[in-house]
Amino acid sequence: MNDGELTEELVPALEQEEATDPFSLGGETFTSRLILGTGGLPSLEVLERVVRASGTQLVTVALRRVEAAAGSAMLEVLSRCGVRLLPNTAGCQTAREAVLTAQLSREAFETDWIKLEVIGDDRTLLPDAVELMDAAEQLVADGFTVLAYTTDDPILGRRLADVGCAAVMPLGSPIGSGLGIRNPYNIALLREEVSVPVVLDAGIGTASDAALAMELGCDAVLLASAVTRAREPVQMALAMRQAVEGGRLARGAGRIPRRWLAEASTSMQGLPEL
Amino acid sequence: MTISLTVNGDPVELADGTTVAALVADRTSGHDRVAVARNGDVVPRSSWTTTELSPGDRLEVLAPTAGG
Repeated sequence: MNDGELTEELVPALEQEEATDPFSLGGETFTSRLILGTGGLPSLEVLERVVRASGTQLVTVALRRVEAAAGSAMLEVLSRCGVRLLPNTAGCQTAREAVLTAQLSREAFETDWIKLEVIGDDRTLLPDAVELMDAAEQLVADGFTVLAYTTDDPILGRRLADVGCAAVMPLGSPIGSGLGIRNPYNIALLREEVSVPVVLDAGIGTASDAALAMELGCDAVLLASAVTRAREPVQMALAMRQAVEGGRLARGAGRIPRRWLAEASTSMQGLPEL
Repeated sequence: MTISLTVNGDPVELADGTTVAALVADRTSGHDRVAVARNGDVVPRSSWTTTELSPGDRLEVLAPTAGG
């Protein structure tokens, strides 16, 4: 079955707003719709060039034991770039771990924003829906601005929005897999289901994946590995920036319907008989 | 007199009366962005100087790093 045909039917009426409009997330306004993960880069020098090339205004960071952490030097780079920090709960497998990690992040980074990740196992890194819901409810009640990394299940996404998450962030495919968006139908449907921002998070492999996310109606794209593990991370960061902008513009512009057969763009009127 | 406890997964002996603040100072250089968990609970920065470690405590001293 053709993914595109399915998606086409479900994409809601095209938004008429300015294609490059800023978007609001957790009460803040961003002009860049690309959120960048920082993990996997070879040096702080490359990190700075990547952040600048991407045009991002929001980057994810993590907490680890001090012996293994990059520490203040990384934060100085990010501060110089003028980006906002979004701590994550990467590696947490239970709601208890995720809530504690979020609270520790609030202490360390002095922000109540949290990218909530609660994974089910180390092999797939897929979200554990039950623990995720539990953690989301607790963190919202504790005053956090919760951006929830979730599966592409539209109903789960709706439940996360209903308990007060500031954004729902469905995966396209497993973290770091680069498999792109495996179920565009679900992403488009999820976009219809919730009123909070939808951020495509995880699975992006290359620029066309990021563009597709935006064409499906996502408000932003969060990616890390696709840039940080690319052969040329700075070049890929620029590619992602342009892909997100292009996808957003295309979404607003309105794509043509898919047709079974050709439709000539050159008029047949006045065609000579030769 | 010393007490036995666990810091970042390693068994350590520390002087009785050691505070969280002293532990952080020993483990980090410039602890602006450090967070500490003790037995599964956050120790707020405001309590570091008044929180003395106890035998058997499990401490996690954490700092920022890159992540996706």
